[in-house]
Amino acid sequence: MSSHYEAPIREPLVLGEKSYHDISVDVGAPVLGKANKSWWIVFTIALVAFLWGLGCIIYTVSTGIGVWGLNKTIGWAWDITNFVWWVGIGHAGTLISAVLLLFRQKWRMAVNRSAEAMTIFAVVQAGLFPIIHMGRPWLAYWVLPIPNQFGSLWVNFNSPLLWDVFAISTYLSVSLVFWWTGLLPDFAMIRDRTTSPFQKKMYGILSFGWSGRVKDWQRFEEVSLVLAGLATPLVLSVHTIVSFDFATSVVPGWHSTIFPPYFVAGAIFSGFAMVQTLLIIMRKVSNLEAYITVLHIEYMNKVILLTGGIVTVAYLTEYFIGWYSGVPYENYTYLSFGAATGPYWWAFWALIICNLIVPLSLWVKSLRRNIMWTFFVALIINIGMWFERFDIIVVDLSKDRLTSSWTMFQPTFVDIGTFMGTIGFFFVLFLLYARTFPVIAQAEVKTILKSSGESFKRLRAQHGDD
Amino acid sequence: MYTLPRNLKLFSIVLIVLGLAGIIFGFLTTPKTIDDVKEIMAEQEGHHGEEHAVVTHGEENTANFVDEARGQEGYSDAAMEHATDLKPEGHGVASHEEHVLHQLQTRPWSATFVAAFFFMMIALGALVFYAIQYASSAGWSPVLYRIIEGITSYLLPGSVIVFLIVVFAGTHFYPWQNHELVADDKILQGKAGYLNFPFFLIRAVIYILGWNLYRYFSRKNSLAQAEANNYEPHRKNFKASVFFLIFFLLTEATMSWDWFMSMTPHWYSTLFAWYIFASMFVSAITVIALVTIHLKNMGLVPFVSDKHLHDLAKFMFAFSIFWTYLWFGQFMLIWYANIPEEVTYFIIRIQEYKVLFFGMLILNFVMPILVLMNSDYKRIPWFVVIAAVFILVGHYIDIFLLVMPSTVGHNWSFGIPEIAAFLFFMGLFIFIVGTGLGKVSLRPKNDPYIKESENYHF
Repeated sequence: MSSHYEAPIREPLVLGEKSYHDISVDVGAPVLGKANKSWWIVFTIALVAFLWGLGCIIYTVSTGIGVWGLNKTIGWAWDITNFVWWVGIGHAGTLISAVLLLFRQKWRMAVNRSAEAMTIFAVVQAGLFPIIHMGRPWLAYWVLPIPNQFGSLWVNFNSPLLWDVFAISTYLSVSLVFWWTGLLPDFAMIRDRTTSPFQKKMYGILSFGWSGRVKDWQRFEEVSLVLAGLATPLVLSVHTIVSFDFATSVVPGWHSTIFPPYFVAGAIFSGFAMVQTLLIIMRKVSNLEAYITVLHIEYMNKVILLTGGIVTVAYLTEYFIGWYSGVPYENYTYLSFGAATGPYWWAFWALIICNLIVPLSLWVKSLRRNIMWTFFVALIINIGMWFERFDIIVVDLSKDRLTSSWTMFQPTFVDIGTFMGTIGFFFVLFLLYARTFPVIAQAEVKTILKSSGESFKRLRAQHGDD
Repeated sequence: MYTLPRNLKLFSIVLIVLGLAGIIFGFLTTPKTIDDVKEIMAEQEGHHGEEHAVVTHGEENTANFVDEARGQEGYSDAAMEHATDLKPEGHGVASHEEHVLHQLQTRPWSATFVAAFFFMMIALGALVFYAIQYASSAGWSPVLYRIIEGITSYLLPGSVIVFLIVVFAGTHFYPWQNHELVADDKILQGKAGYLNFPFFLIRAVIYILGWNLYRYFSRKNSLAQAEANNYEPHRKNFKASVFFLIFFLLTEATMSWDWFMSMTPHWYSTLFAWYIFASMFVSAITVIALVTIHLKNMGLVPFVSDKHLHDLAKFMFAFSIFWTYLWFGQFMLIWYANIPEEVTYFIIRIQEYKVLFFGMLILNFVMPILVLMNSDYKRIPWFVVIAAVFILVGHYIDIFLLVMPSTVGHNWSFGIPEIAAFLFFMGLFIFIVGTGLGKVSLRPKNDPYIKESENYHF
């Protein structure tokens, strides 16, 4: 892919005296070993949350949407907030695996596998909401253009909610294929290293008989590049289409042309925050500090700074144009003077503080490289980006054009329980993944070991690199 | 060392002289009085009949086309009020002829501004690309640093000219500078906190100062790096680039609102600024590729390989799609919601500029996709040149469509003022960039990534 020469001033991406074998051992260890007690504790908590959420979902579907806190004015609240939040989180995975591949960023190799896993699990959570927020979810298949006995009654392709169906399902399938293709050499590595016959059988099936011939690798690289080229416009268009759910409407605050790129930037912003949250823990518990280094964390923080900056400019734009438009209704939108001082003032300021002010601290190099601080900021951003979506959806709906329809939104325990349930489900999946999948793309990391490994860089510095 | 080839130099000087003559001709031949307008209208009616839509369309049909479309659907007078005075003149104009007179007088201004901005944005976009290369510690592009610096040498003269045009254009471009109009218009009064001349002037000064200062210091550091025995100048440039990018992201937005959006001061779109940025960026990368090919043909940059060209072509390809994404995002959302105040922007562009409006999409999107999809083609210089011509023509039209419908409305045509202005600024651009490239060695020495860049292959 890229040149073997690397400028000496670049920091190493693999620390310590690692060999190819060490990489296989380190990456294989969590899969080949046994789960410890703390894994089981966390897994149980996640499972309980998931089951509780499942109960809430069943209760909702069997009783009716009225068990949620929605009202006649605010027909979308936590359901779509969580949907957009989860979809947004998923975007960092594709960004890391696809966009950073196109930009030939070597550092992505240590984080792409987990980021993609996060994408897939987050999109699964997101995918729940469009179904369960329906009044009659058992008729959900009507959104598909299937020939039928109603005189071939068709769907209306003008609705962004229908585009959502296509966007999310395509996104999930392409991400899954992209992820799985990358996993083939790594599953093969586990297959070849394990001594348990059951594991050998399982990983033999999962790795599709990968034998690592030159021709296979050649095609593997080409497929990765093509999929990356397709996934990049996909990732932009998916969250764009999610933003169209709001931007195509005529609701003040929702109808804004900046939404497509702004939502995408916000998605990457929140997605990277989630990657930080997960990887900072994972590198510790799975002993992967030599691969997911402080440098990786710093690079991700820089992406957070960039996308956070773009989002900030979008906030300023929204705020400015809201004033500039001279439309009186714009004074009650989620980024307006009215919102800052109105009944949802706390939501407005939560957004400003979490997304705009706290991330500014990452401009300081020592904080950007401070793992504890990064973890804290990442959590804050996750919260802030939830509030961004909540504000866009609920604040804008709560004070629309007719004052007689103005109202507030109060979530019920079912709203909250469902959201908690998806977080539980996400962690159930992610924890299972961390124990059964090679969490670092070891085949890829091996390709950069000699150009970017610490010990090899030192050797070159001693003996010259020409 | 590069020297502008003698015939290219001569060519650029001829362009400048011809263009200048044409621009002056354009300004001198605008109608001075309403009687002139009546004469022109009579003449055109006699000659072309209804074929030429220039003036004959008449106020009843086009000047208030939004009324026509909306009135039947029962929109209130208040809603109409927004839509009708989107025209620069709004209530301020007594008669149709006066309206036409103003538009015809604006035409040479607009023609000059379109070309002036088009070439300035190439230099500015190249500067942004340059800053991004530094800020991202790019390993492939340092071989191009001198080439990009050469292109950005046009920024100073180019931005000063654009500055002078927007400052002196007055009500030709910016109806909110017409006090009588503002006195009658509540919406414009509401915007006066932002849209007032002193603040407008201050902002414009800040933009061009900021951009040119970065260009000056980054060039200085870049040259100092060639002499230095440590990486201090490079580090300074890295920092400067990051802060320039922040500055640029903010000023580009306000610049777009100031110089383009406020031409139709009732209209607004939040995406607008980023849309202009996309146009700027893709044109700049295209010109970088063109200049690189030119220098490569002269054998002056042996350290630039076809892999570097491949990368530039990839950027041309990707940002053509990105531009289309933003174009579509803005267009589709306004089309979909169809709010009277917003759709006027596209109605005039579709009704009066249909061929350009949709033709631009073919040039800016379809052609680059078709030409640059294949990875082998991206390494063939003449293929890249073909794509570059499509992209540059397309984005000239894009700027044309930003300005013309908002300033001269349906009284547009493509004639001597437009062509002359384009030639003038093209000549100036070639001359200044050619001179700028010739000042120092084209190979950046001692850059920390230069070796990586020269060894670069994939």
